[in-house]
Amino acid sequence: MAHGHKSDEKIVYVGDSRVRKRSNKTIVPPDYTAFPGKSEAFIPNFLLKEWLVGCVVLVGFLVLTIAEAPPLGYPADPTNTAFIPMPDWYFLFLYQFLKYPYASGDYVVLGAVAVPGVAFGALLLAPFLDTGKERRFYRRPVASALMVLSLIACVYLTKVSWDHYQYELKVTNTVPEHIEREEKAKEAREKGQSFSAVKKEESVEIVDANDPAMEIVKANCIGCHAVDLKGQKALKVPALRGVGDILTKEELVETVTNGRAGGAMPSFKEKLTAEQIDQITTWLSKQKKAQ
Amino acid sequence: MFKAVYNWIDERLDVAPLWRDVADHEVPEHVNPAHHFSAFVYCFGGLTFFITVIQILSGMFLTMYFVPDINNAYASVDYLQHKVAFGGIVRGMHHWGASLVIVMMFLHTLRVFFTGSYKAPREMNWVVGMLIFFIMLGLGFTGYLLPWDNKAYFATKVGMQIAESVPYIGVYLKELMQGGTIVGAQTLTRFFAIHVFFLPGALLALMAAHFFMIRKQGISGPL
Repeated sequence: MAHGHKSDEKIVYVGDSRVRKRSNKTIVPPDYTAFPGKSEAFIPNFLLKEWLVGCVVLVGFLVLTIAEAPPLGYPADPTNTAFIPMPDWYFLFLYQFLKYPYASGDYVVLGAVAVPGVAFGALLLAPFLDTGKERRFYRRPVASALMVLSLIACVYLTKVSWDHYQYELKVTNTVPEHIEREEKAKEAREKGQSFSAVKKEESVEIVDANDPAMEIVKANCIGCHAVDLKGQKALKVPALRGVGDILTKEELVETVTNGRAGGAMPSFKEKLTAEQIDQITTWLSKQKKAQ
Repeated sequence: MFKAVYNWIDERLDVAPLWRDVADHEVPEHVNPAHHFSAFVYCFGGLTFFITVIQILSGMFLTMYFVPDINNAYASVDYLQHKVAFGGIVRGMHHWGASLVIVMMFLHTLRVFFTGSYKAPREMNWVVGMLIFFIMLGLGFTGYLLPWDNKAYFATKVGMQIAESVPYIGVYLKELMQGGTIVGAQTLTRFFAIHVFFLPGALLALMAAHFFMIRKQGISGPL
């Protein structure tokens, strides 16, 4: 009989569920007076004290976040070759370690895999390596000494790495980007201007993309000036989009016919007829930015 | 009113023993800073958890604005930090909290090590704790890329070079993490997913195991 219970049954369930009906409504918290020393209950006695510590930490933490804005540099630019890479501080010890000749180059496996692998592996498996019953650190000198040595090594490597970074900044006369950015934003703010490190690429549309001249352009120009006619900044090849704003029709004819920039832009008088040159330069001179 | 609702639920689901099991555990004298000030070293574990909760909460708010895409990631962080009300504070909490959680966890690890608390029967809890440590480092590494500024980009490139130097599997490892042959659009979305879903999932599971074990075994005794 799932429903309806008899009071003399030993275990009584709530309805037809598997939840047992409790005879005494309230659970009496255990008494800790029998425990050694001054044990106390976690809730509420100890938890309230923990919250006090938590509040102090939280206030300190919030003061830090207000005093120091989180750093933000300039947008990632893969073509930037002058940037000095810098991992977060807690990876610096490994970063510095891998700079030493016996941990890099031919020995990089030693530096990148073997040493960190053994160190972190030993840390992971510490309870199975240090199996003695003794807990006090001064009674287990090997484990404690290894840990202290590793700590000293990590602190030392981190410091050397940081000092080297500061030295590099000084030698190359570089201001870290997040500081530079912040200063520029501050200057702009003082002048009442808005500041944004986000570069907005001005998109100039191709005018008259279905013009027959486009076929000639496709056959001859896109090898250097790129398929989208935006040029190649890294090779200093200018964009053809918007070229009509820079050069007149006559200058365009001159450029296409005889080349430019010491042959960086080749001459096309052999490859194209005067008529074709006229056709594409007319089209190119129409490539103006939309007003 | 509250008591009536609670009793109604408790009668049906018998929830009291669940939370009373957490509440009614003793805090021994040797870990209580109220009795021995030096016992403050026992606070670091709890503070690590506290900062982790801050990280999860602030991270949840950051994802409301962050766009994991190479064209907009930087702009969205810039907007979040400089235009959104208190955005700078929220990002600041996540940024500095990331360092603080490492510091607290490091101190907690040292406390456990130097008090020999990892010894039998608590070996498994130490191993789980170290796994949490590695997960945290992974969170730090993947999160560093997300603002997509030069520092983020080039630090990740260095990390990838280190991964590549692993013999035999290094090249595959690098490509797996990058999601291609360069640090680019795929890397950013991949790191975002790892940072926001994979590692926090693993972290929560490991933390549950960590807390289950400490509740089951109790804190290690006085030295």
